[in-house]
Amino acid sequence: MQTPTYQSMQLAAELRLPTNGLDYTILGIYFAVVLGIGFAARRSVKTSLDFFLSGRSLPAWITGLAFISANLAATEILGMAANSAQYGAYTVHWYWIGAIPAMVFLGLVMMPFYYGSKVRSVPEMLLLRFDKWAHILSSVLFAFAAILIAGVNLYALAIVVEALLGWPQWVAIVVAGAFVLAYITLGGLSSAIYNEVLQFFVILAALIPIVVLGLKKVGGWGGLTDKLTASHGANFTTAWGGTGIGSSNPLGANWLTIVLGLGFVLSFGYWTTNFAEVQRALSAKNLSAGQRTPLIAAYPKIFIVFLVMIPGLVAAALVPKFGTPASGYQYNDAIPYLMQELLPNGVLGIAVTGLLAAFMAGMAANVSSFNTVFTTDIWARYVVRGREDGYYVRFGRLITVVGVCASVGTAFLASSFSNIMSYLQTLFSFFNVPMFAVFIVGMFWKRASAKSGFWGLLTGTVAAMVNYFVIYKRGIIDIPSDQGANFVSAIVGFVAGAVVMVVVSLFTRPKPAEELQGLVYGTTSPGVAEPPAAGDDAWYRRPTLLGWGAVVLAAACYIPFSF
Amino acid sequence: MAEFSEHSEHDVHREVTELEGKSATAARIFDLRRIIGGLFVLYGVIVTIAGITDGQAAIDKAQGVNINLWTGIGMLLLGIFFLAWLRLRPTPPPVPPEEGAE
Repeated sequence: MQTPTYQSMQLAAELRLPTNGLDYTILGIYFAVVLGIGFAARRSVKTSLDFFLSGRSLPAWITGLAFISANLAATEILGMAANSAQYGAYTVHWYWIGAIPAMVFLGLVMMPFYYGSKVRSVPEMLLLRFDKWAHILSSVLFAFAAILIAGVNLYALAIVVEALLGWPQWVAIVVAGAFVLAYITLGGLSSAIYNEVLQFFVILAALIPIVVLGLKKVGGWGGLTDKLTASHGANFTTAWGGTGIGSSNPLGANWLTIVLGLGFVLSFGYWTTNFAEVQRALSAKNLSAGQRTPLIAAYPKIFIVFLVMIPGLVAAALVPKFGTPASGYQYNDAIPYLMQELLPNGVLGIAVTGLLAAFMAGMAANVSSFNTVFTTDIWARYVVRGREDGYYVRFGRLITVVGVCASVGTAFLASSFSNIMSYLQTLFSFFNVPMFAVFIVGMFWKRASAKSGFWGLLTGTVAAMVNYFVIYKRGIIDIPSDQGANFVSAIVGFVAGAVVMVVVSLFTRPKPAEELQGLVYGTTSPGVAEPPAAGDDAWYRRPTLLGWGAVVLAAACYIPFSF
Repeated sequence: MAEFSEHSEHDVHREVTELEGKSATAARIFDLRRIIGGLFVLYGVIVTIAGITDGQAAIDKAQGVNINLWTGIGMLLLGIFFLAWLRLRPTPPPVPPEEGAE
């Protein structure tokens, strides 16, 4: 989860939607199809590689859409709409600078290492490049974070469903948990990925009518910007207005911390080392498809920002002081508010289905990456080694059950201690950042020693946390908002991790060159130079062209928001 | 690190290559295009019918747009697109593993 808005998910109680039998039919059909995919995918599971990585066999368009869908969880959709209602068009930064460059970097630079070395997970890459301590630390932290985020998604779902449909929270938690459990236990990653692709289209079908009708209601884009300029000031509908160093804006960040903190450190950390994302690319059928996974995902990502930002802006324009206690609405209510105001039965059912689908996507992505890391990186490596492959498939299914139960538990815990949860979430968000530092240094500097990985990871994480929880929260330095502090802490974590790695490397033995084949820039894994599959040499399938095309398009999107 | 020297890249490489040989996914997985196509055609029909039978209240709520009709038609077209794609480019028959492209 990249959404850095850690406000607890609360919705106003008066948002009950006027759903009827038609809407519930649409929802019911969706749940039936989700389960059907689980049963169908079950037939494809024969080895552990099938269960955890879809047998590395999927075409690029499927892994690409799953890649975007795994990120498009409902916490992201509601959170980014909330972000837009609160901060305005600054939200585009989370997409155009805070996602596209990192996704392109993953596809063009990092996938050859990930895919070519045939690792099954991101922590396994650290095992090969560094040593078992870096591997254990990253595996364990990732496993905890995945369960926590799955639980937070489930809890957020329960709150939304309670507000919109009137189901008690525990019913929503148990029902959604049971469906995710069923389809992942049955079909493993294939089932999760297939459902994610389906979810992607349902989510689009849910958001597009809201955007169209919302814009119509405020008098089009022109009417929207006029209204917001009058009520919130001219900077509210620009991307860079008020972000000069020293000037103040509600985001509490200037262009430098946006570019470095969000655009470089946070974004690269999330997109290139978060296994819940990278796993989708690793399940592709060959290196070219693996590289194209994040690149294909980049194109929808550029435009999805409009689908989440416009509802937030419309809500801010329609309701005076939207999000403040005076209006009776929270920022998170933007999309549910417009659903209630604008959608008739039918499309309303699609929108509810889309939201629930997005919650389940967010949860399933974390559960399916958790079971892979727990089984292949922790259990098969350090606890029960050398058993036959079928044992690990059975264990993977068992640990999926355990993982889902743990996230259901986390969700119930979150409903009583939501503050602790948002702290924990912030805490884990700092873990990807030093991970990225370790990857980058390890990949481009062959002298980085085996021991440096663990120490870089540890000190980077601790430094980011100390900066956020001690230096910022105690007010030792003054940063105007949590978001701004988040960006600065990420930069601190990255720099600390990288510096410690360099220092430790200078005092410890380097890894022998023959163990670094295919893990350091400029070397290739044996066998990676396989000939391209038939049709992969078509110009529109060339990773370089796709990647740079996405960067240019994202940059061009900034133009109308910059002047 | 001698005791962990067996975690070399070659081992991971060999293990995963072996599993890829035995993998069943490529051969047996069903085609997702049929599912997306089927679901969206079904949704498209349901929502389009809702749009045709909608009263004035539903249209007024949606700012004078018959949103059910338009969304229904859009979903129907998307569903038909996936089914047509499946028809024009059917799933290739499974390749025997020993001479597979992998």
